[in-house]
Amino acid sequence: MPAKYVIHTKPVAHRFEPITRSGIIAWEEGCLKCPVCVKRQCVYGVYDHRHLDARQMIDSIDNQCMNCLRCVQSCPKELIHKSLNPEYKAIGDAHWTPDIISRLWYQAETGKIPVSGAGYNGPFSGPGFDSMWTDMSEIVRPTRDGIHGREYISTAVDLGRTPRHLLFTRQGDLEGHTPNVLGIPMPILMRLPGFGSISNETVLGWNLAARRLGTLMAVPLELINSGQVEFSRWSIPVITSHESDPGRGLQGAPMVEIPWGEEWKDYRDELTSVEASPLICDKIVLEKGAEEKVLRAVDGGASMIHLEGSMGGRFVDDHSRYIKDGIRSIHLRLVEEGVRDEITLLASGGIAMAEQVAKSVICGADAVFVDFAILIALECRMCRRCTEGLSCPVEIKDAAASWVAERVVNLLGAWHNQLLEVMGAMGIRDARRLRGESGRAMFFEELDRETFSSMGEIQEGCELE
Amino acid sequence: MSKDNSFNWPEAVRTPSRFRNPIGKYRLNRTTDCIACGKCVEICPYGVHVIRRGQVFVKNHYLCVGPDCPNPCYEACPVQALSIKENPDFVAMGDYRWTPDLLISTWYMAEFGEVPSAGLQYRTGNSGGGFDRMRLVFRPGSSIAEEAEDDEVDISLQLNRRKDNAHDIRIQVPFYGGGMSYGSVSITTMLSRIRAAAALGTFCCTGEGGYPDELKPYDDHVITQVATGLFGVREETIQRVRIVEFKYAQGAKPGLGGHLLGDKVTPGVARMREAVVGYPLFSPFPFHSVYSVEDHKKHVDWIKSINPKALVSVKVSTPTDVDMVAVGSYYAGAHIIHLDGSYGGTGAAPDIAKKNIAMPIEYAVPKVHRFLQEEGMRDKMTVIASGGIRTPHDVAKIIALGADGVCTGTADLVALECVRCSNCESGRGCARGIATTDPELVKLIELDWGTQRIINLFLAWRKELVRILKKLGMGSLEELVGRTDCLAHLDYMMKGAA
Repeated sequence: MPAKYVIHTKPVAHRFEPITRSGIIAWEEGCLKCPVCVKRQCVYGVYDHRHLDARQMIDSIDNQCMNCLRCVQSCPKELIHKSLNPEYKAIGDAHWTPDIISRLWYQAETGKIPVSGAGYNGPFSGPGFDSMWTDMSEIVRPTRDGIHGREYISTAVDLGRTPRHLLFTRQGDLEGHTPNVLGIPMPILMRLPGFGSISNETVLGWNLAARRLGTLMAVPLELINSGQVEFSRWSIPVITSHESDPGRGLQGAPMVEIPWGEEWKDYRDELTSVEASPLICDKIVLEKGAEEKVLRAVDGGASMIHLEGSMGGRFVDDHSRYIKDGIRSIHLRLVEEGVRDEITLLASGGIAMAEQVAKSVICGADAVFVDFAILIALECRMCRRCTEGLSCPVEIKDAAASWVAERVVNLLGAWHNQLLEVMGAMGIRDARRLRGESGRAMFFEELDRETFSSMGEIQEGCELE
Repeated sequence: MSKDNSFNWPEAVRTPSRFRNPIGKYRLNRTTDCIACGKCVEICPYGVHVIRRGQVFVKNHYLCVGPDCPNPCYEACPVQALSIKENPDFVAMGDYRWTPDLLISTWYMAEFGEVPSAGLQYRTGNSGGGFDRMRLVFRPGSSIAEEAEDDEVDISLQLNRRKDNAHDIRIQVPFYGGGMSYGSVSITTMLSRIRAAAALGTFCCTGEGGYPDELKPYDDHVITQVATGLFGVREETIQRVRIVEFKYAQGAKPGLGGHLLGDKVTPGVARMREAVVGYPLFSPFPFHSVYSVEDHKKHVDWIKSINPKALVSVKVSTPTDVDMVAVGSYYAGAHIIHLDGSYGGTGAAPDIAKKNIAMPIEYAVPKVHRFLQEEGMRDKMTVIASGGIRTPHDVAKIIALGADGVCTGTADLVALECVRCSNCESGRGCARGIATTDPELVKLIELDWGTQRIINLFLAWRKELVRILKKLGMGSLEELVGRTDCLAHLDYMMKGAA
């Protein structure tokens, strides 16, 4: 088993005030100036932390209030109220919801798993990954001394084609080539998000994070400039033009990504013939016909495929289909064709929460790419002003590389711990064994139909309550 | 066993909020145009306005039912000095499962012992699935006369269906209090729940954290828990009670152990759990001595040899094979299978676990009910459901899906004015004094207040359940078990029907 993988996190402050769901509004008119204002009695000391004169009533949306409502319910003149923050509701979109974004901020800041009391508070189910639950086992345990114990859960996965068997000479040496397989310590790779107000410093920060995490960061070949040679071992150059010389500028990167297509055949052949050739990952856009393309790619000798979904976690050409279903059907097709183990399946597109990593793997991916999540770790509000050439409200491009790296390490550290939680509950102690294990998941469509479909016929005249 | 007709129900005693400003759905605004004519005081059916020393003011915003009001003061006011709007605090509270409507209607029930008469959706939440998309179906002409006495409708529940040597226990209401440990909640919260359970002729579970001496007077209404950490479990505690619960897993964190933060391990908690002050305490997952039904039987036998008359309940979470687990528990000798669905729970847990691991209780109950029937042992097991039971309607729905009764948890805390801020674990614990061991915060609740609030809530639940059963034309709750024909699911309803 690979060595125990631990991600060290430490709190890294945000640079801007985060936008919170609700705030406190206090009115001055009618204030009795009580000797001991209820604000002074805040259990969390919020009013003290803000260094405000408690006597002074202010109108503010703040990010420290813990929503206990005690000041609201205790002010003798009822001058303090809680109010939803319209700015919060406006951040992000239907996929990158305000709750997802603020939780990503929290994890990047603290490196901690989001924990809360009082049960689950979200919707019953939802589209895409929200329509599946992971299983648990009442009595099977993955390890003897807990998920963080000495007998640990491995999240490591292999990239590249693993041979079906190895041949050895009589002397016990390996016959033929050593298989070109790359291990990463968790099924998460990073890639450049589709937009963002970023600078070389930001990319440097992401590279630093990839190195610290032992994973890989995919960036356009053009960005792998001489200044970042030291990170080439943790880089995936993404090549989009086959004009360039195959192999040039790779600086020893262990893996490259090229689009899949007939026109890339020669380029890819040349690339495999260069010395110490990298693993090649063929990118196939998740759209209609992707399944056939994957099969043809496998026929053509591909060993690694990157299925690229939309940033909203769906098919690029069909808003009603989710990457969850895309991964699942392609995985099952490869199993049917008997070639699943010859190929490494990577997926990307809107991966926004740790649970989606586990669920992607259960659906059949070997690993996933995260993109916007590592931008949101840098306080991005998904306002898309940068796409219109406007300034970034949180000035991401000015953030120091070290800060960028620490925030991303925190985020993925928290994600790694969450992976351990779900794997522990499932009784799985090796991420490679989780791939395609849909028996460890429960799907909304099946369960809901099984339970409720008989409850649709109502006799006339019945009253519903 | 026939129902104990002599049971004396406790009285509902009005028990208002312990805070100066109770939160309601609406706020009335009175301008200086008010001429203090007293018209609003006179016509308001809810006692919202009061007149004192020639001045009229809004005393009880929270009782205003808004547009549902039959006599709206803001329309009747001769000088248009009154206007109404939704309370901003109301909108900022709650979530999909516990909507602001549900929180406030639970507070209303805890204050008055009745369901709210108007203005609040007290039956369902807004989660978009499960209970919240299910409806009870009443057939025309089937209801029992409304004037029938409430006592004529039997909502009691037999817990020992094996009819073996163990106690023959029938609880007066089809629910009991789920485990919340000393340490995770205050002793006042714990005692409030247990005293309410005693008054209502039912039980309340200690959770895994020991059996404080303060509970001794209520031994007959206590379920003590044996969980994986074995905290506070002694021969003596097992012998004191009539029901012992094995906790294999819990819905809030299925497959994960429990964790009490060091800050909450005060000297009192440490003594109870035989641990060291200030050190975090872990309950491992799973029982390290149970890897099969046979191992589980060994556990049950162990309890039975220490306390031969004890009823044994097995609390499990809801994995795919929950039906097999239930049958296994029967063969191991358990009387009660307690299914704890994934969406409930009161203790702090990773969000990823609460949302994703294991299935919602609405799926698990029919699965277990069906399988126990097929295996021919349904009538020998009591099936208890928990994990997201918020309202009397949830109780009726889950029983119609196949449970015999339910366990409550969060609802009890909401009766004590929990606002579900979810910060049970941060800093000194619950800022509202419910889930904390902080000596100062604990004082925010008085025991008699807490007890009566919970009694009131469940008296309201009882009344509502009785009303539902009468409307269904059923004389007892047992008749409702597994009657999925009394349920409709809005997502599957035929177009044009009902």
